[in-house]
Amino acid sequence: MKGMTIIVRKVTQFIAPIIFLFGLYIVFYGHLTPGGGFAGGVIMASAFILQILANGEILDKLRQEESGLEFLESGAILGFLIIAGLGLIISSSFVFFSNFINKGIVGKLLSAGMIPLENIIVGTEVCAAITTIFIALVVFKDEVAL
Amino acid sequence: MNAWIPLYVVIPLASAFIMAILGRLVKNMGKVILLIELLFLTCLTLVFILNSKGTLSYNVGGFPDVGDIPIAIYMVMDGLTKLLLLIISAVGFITALFSISYTREYTAERKFYILFSLMIAGMNGMVISGDIFNIYVFLEIAAISSYILVAFGVEKHQLEASFKYQVLGCLASLLILLAIGFIYWGTGTLNIADISRQLPYSANFIKFVSLLFLVGFGLKAAIFPFHSWLPDAHSSAPSPISAMLSGVLIKAIGLYVIFRLFFNMFALNADIAMTILVLGTLSMIIGGLMAIGQWDMKRLLAYSSISQMGYVVMAVGIGMTIMVKDGSKTIAAFAFLGALLHLLNHSVFKSLLFLNAGAVEYSTGIRDMRKLGGLAEKMPITSKTSLIASLSISGIPPFNGFFSKLIIILAAVRAHYYWLAFLAVAVSVVTISYFMKFQKYIFYNKPGEYDNQIKEVPAPMSIAMVILALLCLMLSLMVIPSIRDQFIFPAVNVLIKNLQYSTAVLG
Repeated sequence: MKGMTIIVRKVTQFIAPIIFLFGLYIVFYGHLTPGGGFAGGVIMASAFILQILANGEILDKLRQEESGLEFLESGAILGFLIIAGLGLIISSSFVFFSNFINKGIVGKLLSAGMIPLENIIVGTEVCAAITTIFIALVVFKDEVAL
Repeated sequence: MNAWIPLYVVIPLASAFIMAILGRLVKNMGKVILLIELLFLTCLTLVFILNSKGTLSYNVGGFPDVGDIPIAIYMVMDGLTKLLLLIISAVGFITALFSISYTREYTAERKFYILFSLMIAGMNGMVISGDIFNIYVFLEIAAISSYILVAFGVEKHQLEASFKYQVLGCLASLLILLAIGFIYWGTGTLNIADISRQLPYSANFIKFVSLLFLVGFGLKAAIFPFHSWLPDAHSSAPSPISAMLSGVLIKAIGLYVIFRLFFNMFALNADIAMTILVLGTLSMIIGGLMAIGQWDMKRLLAYSSISQMGYVVMAVGIGMTIMVKDGSKTIAAFAFLGALLHLLNHSVFKSLLFLNAGAVEYSTGIRDMRKLGGLAEKMPITSKTSLIASLSISGIPPFNGFFSKLIIILAAVRAHYYWLAFLAVAVSVVTISYFMKFQKYIFYNKPGEYDNQIKEVPAPMSIAMVILALLCLMLSLMVIPSIRDQFIFPAVNVLIKNLQYSTAVLG
């Protein structure tokens, strides 16, 4: 797929990192402020999608990225299951999804036990999944157009 | 034992994503993991059935109840759940064994096993969840993976069937979600046991919500007026998947939830009981009559599924109408026994028949019965196992289908529904007739015109079919009282003692 004009590309170069950073903020503060893993993940994915739209990509490279993202996606879900399953193994009463880490003080960044960890994993998963869906649509469109 | 309950969801989900990662590096990883996973779950379910009595409930996240309001998600393991879990994992294991050679022709073989495992996770989650919204979430996991699996061969008719299935499936999910929304609005809780305590609400409200649920899950279970997607979807899917869809999926995501909601969540209601009875009878008759005219062998089997599920729904309807009228509990229990036994038996012989059809298609590449014929000598194992399955589904002693149909018919007679007993016998004759057609045109007629030399299918496929054929014989033992009390009766008790569910779960 073709890229856009130099104006769009330059502006994207400035904006995309900021969008990504904002997504990270939403994910990391998920347990304190509105938002969380899903919302932050979508915002992070939009930074990647913006890059692809503005700069254009070679189809083969996109296919490679797609398979890499699939790896990340599966890994993230597996990570989530491991965190949930750790509760089953570690906690004394065998509770699935138990929050066994010290919960800290309410309102501090490092608090709420497992929840920030789970948010980070959900963010990774959603970011990878949304980008995969986008790339799949682009690849599909180019393949049909040929 | 309680700590093992979440494993029914964790193991299939985890193995699906381990397959996704490791499957790229190691060839055939998916097959090995899927087989080990399902074998383990089958053994675990057998341990649960043999060792634990009564209802086990598990509190996800370990949040204690606030007052008497349960705020954690509950997982509930009672007799009905155990029976369904046994069906899912055992039939799933045998079907996975069959898939090993069958899926070689697909380019994206790895994804087949990932989706298979996700489908198992969805069904296990639905069956084990004690929370109505989680039932919806797992329903979507199971349904979406089954949409993809139906279209797995990406040929034109498969895509079309999958699209039809998706449209009707989405409609069903929409109605179910709407009904769940209404329930939450009316009671302020999503826990099935808690809802049943709070539900005495206006009668019209309950009737409306029950109808939404009946239509939604009726679409998933393909009961008569909602059955139009089933013949397309079940006949176009790859054969192991047809076996899973017909043998397990419509029971786990359709009938099971109908039983659970209408017995344990809503109070029994004469109108709903009569609706279920009539719909069951209609699907029994119409599915049977439609099956006679089919020439596509898998389509014939798909219509036969509608008919056999009709038997189950009818028997449950008989039991429900008796319980509404405060009739004899023994007769109601007898009807439920027949229904659940037929549910178990149908999962075995219908999946066997679909695997037989898959084996025939694998060797010849033909699905039209008019072009087949004379395969009995060339494919002896397929021919003999399919004969056993046909006899069993038509209700010939000593195979398992005979006993469950006999119990259903006797229950109808004892409940004074003489017409229903007559219809059940008549449809049984119809069943024999279309399975004679199935046998004659595929295995015994004059040989069809085949391009290549026909051979018996590879060993894993034959072994899977032989195991299921043996099960067809062995499940007749379920009528022996001591075995029946261990396997089926806990499930019957859940339906008979319908009001004890909430106390058993919440204590």
